[in-house]
Amino acid sequence: MNLPIYLDNNATTPMDPRVLEAMLPYFTNKFGNAASRSHAFGWEAEDAVDTAREQIAKLINADPKEIIFTSGATESDNLAIKGIFEMYASKGNHIITAVTEHKAVLDACKHIEHLGGQVTYLPVKNDGLIDLEQLENAITPQTILVAIMYGNNEVGVVQPIKEISQIAHKHGVLFFTDATQAVGKIPVDVIADGIDLLAFTGHKIYGPKGVGVLYVRRKNPRVKVTAQMDGGGHERGMRSGTLNVPGIVGLGKACEICMNEMAAEAERLSQMRNRLENALLQLEEAYVNGNREHRLPHTTNISFKYVEGEGLMMGFNKNIAVSSGSACTSASLEPSYVLKALGLGDDLAHSSIRFGLGRFTTDDQIDFAIEAVTQSVNKLREMSPLWEMYKDGIDLDSIEWAHH
Amino acid sequence: MAYSEKVIDHYNNPKNVGTLDKSQTNVGTGLVGAPECGDVMRLQIQVDEITGTITDAKFKTFGCGSAIASSSLATEWLKGKTVDQALTIDNMDIVEELNLPPVKIHCSVLAEDAIKAAINDYRVKNGLPQLETVAVH
Ligand SMILES: Cc1ncc(COP(=O)(O)O)c(C=O)c1O
Repeated sequence: MNLPIYLDNNATTPMDPRVLEAMLPYFTNKFGNAASRSHAFGWEAEDAVDTAREQIAKLINADPKEIIFTSGATESDNLAIKGIFEMYASKGNHIITAVTEHKAVLDACKHIEHLGGQVTYLPVKNDGLIDLEQLENAITPQTILVAIMYGNNEVGVVQPIKEISQIAHKHGVLFFTDATQAVGKIPVDVIADGIDLLAFTGHKIYGPKGVGVLYVRRKNPRVKVTAQMDGGGHERGMRSGTLNVPGIVGLGKACEICMNEMAAEAERLSQMRNRLENALLQLEEAYVNGNREHRLPHTTNISFKYVEGEGLMMGFNKNIAVSSGSACTSASLEPSYVLKALGLGDDLAHSSIRFGLGRFTTDDQIDFAIEAVTQSVNKLREMSPLWEMYKDGIDLDSIEWAHH
Repeated sequence: MAYSEKVIDHYNNPKNVGTLDKSQTNVGTGLVGAPECGDVMRLQIQVDEITGTITDAKFKTFGCGSAIASSSLATEWLKGKTVDQALTIDNMDIVEELNLPPVKIHCSVLAEDAIKAAINDYRVKNGLPQLETVAVH
């Protein structure tokens, strides 16, 4: 087996070789600018972009004209939130989102607050799902947008998107979803799900980095966002800049592959994920974080109580790549805000590991991971004073810890 | 962030993991840090009451690789020193020895705190006054 094994597919995915192959000509021979209307180089590039738009639209059941190309999900999130805030300023200034959103959404909302807008950050229940009643109660006459992610990047929890959009629409409010972790992994249908705006990115679906999409509904209702960059008026005036043709071709191909293979892949990955999860839950005091039913098929997030996540990963990160909610792995030195929002104490958040399986994950790799993680947890518990206290029946909450 | 060779070595082959009988009067125990902060160190020393020499030292640590390495190194350094000599161990010595990057300096501070806490516990048990306590970090 080739080491290290990559089980961090929620962070990014390797490119599918078929995607790379589709892209290559557009770096060299087919280098035209898709906006050049006067010659064959431009037409060739435009055709390629059109094909990609169709492949992408098909995956989410949109119209190709509704696909706006961006540099990735971060830009799409920003464009959706800031663009709606500006475009619908005469209607209201209130946005509703949730505390477990990606930073791209949360920080765009912070920006809105600085501009004088109002933002409601809905809490989540212990399983990571939002409370629909709370959502509805948060809507005011000033509300212009509900922004709730499809699938969460850390725990994989999938929100009840259809119900959320129904509530938003009942009150005449637009619905935006960051579907970065869901598109290409589970069925996402902008019509059936009632989505007005949707963001995702190439590099989570075996496509290239630096290219993403904002879907903007054109009918029932017709939605518009104010451009956040001034320039040549590309993408129906919503996102200027010469199109990244090779990236877009790659994203299109990636979507086409997902369209064809997603159902079988989800089945295969959920079986492997469940096997991994069930094996690791054989360890004492191991807990799955987030709702296990409403969940992306390839993700599991597990806390191994009484061991610290970064220390744990060090035991196997030469051979297995995963990520942790431990503070030590983040620049902020704070444990994961997502896990804390699920009501986990800091100690359990520090003890969490996220496993993200992907298209190229094999059964052998899962076997290896089960073995390596189990060994590492056992080894670190032998070294953990907290584990010893737990085993001696000491209540850790009864101890006065010196906080620093 | 890549770990230094020495941190990896202590992590893979930690020295002196274990537990001493804390009810013994010649054993001092220091427990520092907090689970919510992601680091807890327990460091114990066993002292020869006649010579004042540390004859054994053990640790258990909940924390990252650098925290484990810092406490492992601390136990190594403690053995054979007198209690007074042990007080001179400075966290920056640990930083230097393990090549800890700036974000991991707190691990060495915690190890120094654990040493002082263990010595204080030993002193109190043996009727000696507590030392100027460890600065709170
Ligand atoms: C839910 C979610 N939104 C947004 C992003 C940002 O995507 P990008 O790296 O394409 O900007 C990510 C990935 O990091 C994500 O998981």
